[in-house]
Amino acid sequence: MPKVTIDGRTIEVPTGTTVLDAAKMLDIPIPTLCYHPKLTPFGGCRLCIVEIKGIPRPVTSCTTPVSEGMEVTTSTPQIEDLRKTVLELILSDHPNDCMVCERAGDCTLQELAYFYGIRENRFAGERRIYTKRDGNPFIERDLEKCILCGRCVKVCDEVQGVGAIDFGYRGFKSKICTPYEKDLDCEFCGQCVAVCPTGALTGKLWAFKGRQKDIKEIDTVCPYCGTGCNITLHIRRNEVVRVTSREDTWNEGWLCVKGRFGYKFISSSDRLKKPLIKRNGQFEEVSWDKALDYIAEKLNDIKSKYGADAIGGLSSARCTNEENYLFQKLMRAAIGTNNVDHCARL
Amino acid sequence: MTNSIREIEGMEVIFIIGSNTKETHPVIANRMIKAYRKGAKIIVADPRKVPMVRFAELFLNLRPGTDVALINGIAHVILKEDMYDRHFIDEKVEGFEEWKKSVEEFTPEYVEKITGIPKEDIIKAARLYGNSRRAGIFYTMGITQHTCGTDNVNAIANLALLTGNIGREFTGISPLRGQNNVQGASDAGCLPNVYPGYQRVDLPEIKHKFEKAWGVSLSQNAGLKATEMIPAALEGRLKAMYIMGENPVITDPNIHHTVKALKSLEFLVVQDIFMTETAELADVVLPAACFAEKDGTFTNTERKVQRGRKAVNPPGEARDDIFTIMEISKRLGYPMDYNSPEEVLEEFGKLWPALAGIKYNRIEKHGIQWPCPTNDHPGTEYLYKGGFPRGKVHFTPTQYTPPAEIADKDYPFILTTGRNLFQYHAGSMTRRVEPIESHAGEPYVEINPSDSERLDIKDGDMVKVVSRRGNIEIKARVTRMVSEGVVFIPMHYREAAANILTNDSALDRHVKTPEYKVCSVRIEK
Repeated sequence: MPKVTIDGRTIEVPTGTTVLDAAKMLDIPIPTLCYHPKLTPFGGCRLCIVEIKGIPRPVTSCTTPVSEGMEVTTSTPQIEDLRKTVLELILSDHPNDCMVCERAGDCTLQELAYFYGIRENRFAGERRIYTKRDGNPFIERDLEKCILCGRCVKVCDEVQGVGAIDFGYRGFKSKICTPYEKDLDCEFCGQCVAVCPTGALTGKLWAFKGRQKDIKEIDTVCPYCGTGCNITLHIRRNEVVRVTSREDTWNEGWLCVKGRFGYKFISSSDRLKKPLIKRNGQFEEVSWDKALDYIAEKLNDIKSKYGADAIGGLSSARCTNEENYLFQKLMRAAIGTNNVDHCARL
Repeated sequence: MTNSIREIEGMEVIFIIGSNTKETHPVIANRMIKAYRKGAKIIVADPRKVPMVRFAELFLNLRPGTDVALINGIAHVILKEDMYDRHFIDEKVEGFEEWKKSVEEFTPEYVEKITGIPKEDIIKAARLYGNSRRAGIFYTMGITQHTCGTDNVNAIANLALLTGNIGREFTGISPLRGQNNVQGASDAGCLPNVYPGYQRVDLPEIKHKFEKAWGVSLSQNAGLKATEMIPAALEGRLKAMYIMGENPVITDPNIHHTVKALKSLEFLVVQDIFMTETAELADVVLPAACFAEKDGTFTNTERKVQRGRKAVNPPGEARDDIFTIMEISKRLGYPMDYNSPEEVLEEFGKLWPALAGIKYNRIEKHGIQWPCPTNDHPGTEYLYKGGFPRGKVHFTPTQYTPPAEIADKDYPFILTTGRNLFQYHAGSMTRRVEPIESHAGEPYVEINPSDSERLDIKDGDMVKVVSRRGNIEIKARVTRMVSEGVVFIPMHYREAAANILTNDSALDRHVKTPEYKVCSVRIEK
């Protein structure tokens, strides 16, 4: 295992560890934009450059593996100057609309501009203007905010195995394209949205629903299939406005279209809000007490007339362990029958 | 699952049979793709060319309902080419010789005839799986929703035992659970023959244990299974039903039959978050809180108990199910008093040692996989480490039996049903999500181009699909996803409900699972 010294501190790391990861182990911050821990590095953004003793030019720490005895300096006036220049170049072609951007407050680019104190831009000039809106129903693709870090391209290919997007054109005209530049038509897992470091990719559903302020984050489990992905619900004024998943969950932050975008049923106006009793073929709203008393009366009636085994219960694979436990206890202990099942056999 | 989702990454061979993993368990598919990137070989056996086929070393395009023949055929080759794990079998399994005889007839040539898979591919699959000691099998309803579902599962178990691909890391038998808490609902004893923790109701000492814990005398008769309740209602043996969070009208086979049965009940209570097709038939409907509106735990497909948390208040007067159940129980003269869901889980853990060590404060950040018998137990990533709990297990001989309905002159197509990527189950949740509905809101029947050409059906044409139970009108989607003679309809759409067509009289003879995956239909223009 090679030893590396970073900013005067020495650490032994497994062979193949990059300088960036070694620095992370030492809790030494190095700014990045295109790097993502779950994707292969490609050294595109040039922000993670460091100085390595014996190498005459700065190198990207995300693509450089540690070798024995390596001495790394992560921050020098020259390195910082280069990083600032890179950021200025990116920002010279970036719309200055943080005021209304969905990602404000949660944007890596904005945060770096803040740390490097970039306000005026000496490279102001031509800008890429893309006005065509992608018509897909899930993902807002604002290509003007795209910094071409390539994370979305990588996640779509490496993690999702889809490859719905790739770099198109060359040089200043480079952009992330769908085949034939049609509207995005993919699995809509939204992994690209999750890894985008700027406001280029966001969920259409969460536009203008609230950004960081007054948002409460609650960790829970996805309500759909049995995979049980860990999700984080973003709540504003008693409404789920966004669903994300943390990178340190067992599902590594990956979700599917249902988990990420399928939450609107929670606040659907169709939700049942009152107990209902059917009279003459029509449902009437009643109080809980009335409904519950009626249920108990009818169940008792049927039990005394036909026996407990004339009553059956279907529990739910959508409910919690605790609710299911109590449901079968109700059927068995309170009603007195083993007629209880759920859809596992279906 | 005997093993864990994490372990998929370390497998050499991933054998997926009867599971459209990329669409129904997309995040598990991501793990498989990760393994594929590291060099794992993937085998996909399915009547449809499902998206995982893109990553497959080998695609076994079998005829619907012929899984037993395929699996036995693979076992046959593993035996013949001496790829099996003799040591594992000697030590841990009984009935080898007898079972060996039962697969003798399943030669690659014979299996090719039944399944339609070229015999070379059967041999190749056997060599891939049989030569690996880090191989996992993954399946879902494509295995279980057959009249021979239990045989299918036994055949899979035989294959894992034959190669010793169980009881170690990166191996195992993994049924992927289709609902967020289908594992937990089963664990909790919502099954007619067992109490919580799969403890049998007909064993007197078990019954006494629960009678003592619950302070009441209990019935020793096994109850009705879900698929037996519907006919029992029709016959008048079942008079009342209490349905919590299920929508059998859409999800049970033969909708007409289900509706008739539920209508014939004297009393039906439905507790749900929406006015479902089932709730419409109820005498009383109770508004429930959804997952985001309550605290509790859910157990995922790898037995991991995870914490669900309340994030928002339920709408109107909707209440969580614990409240409702306790209120009904109290009124029936059996008060249950719990101050929190945590207390319920604790009681559950006292009655089932596998859960005894799982407490809310231990699963705040990460879930724990049962069995977890004590408070300092880390949980169990994979089962049967160091042996099976009952000592030796045995091979179960399985014979190929054709599906209940096969294609004939009047109904020349085989219909198979399932889910697609975007919608979920009966659709009561996803169909209320606008972007999902605008993208995948229309029912369709998949039909192979050579069939559509013969019937003069073009992509997008409305067709009528007719079975012995009923018929639906639906848009044709011409695609090579399905083979010639097979059509597929997703189950989500009430306006063209696949379960109007499916066969409710064809049930697995052991566990009474309906044969959703095979029934015969005809297509009319």
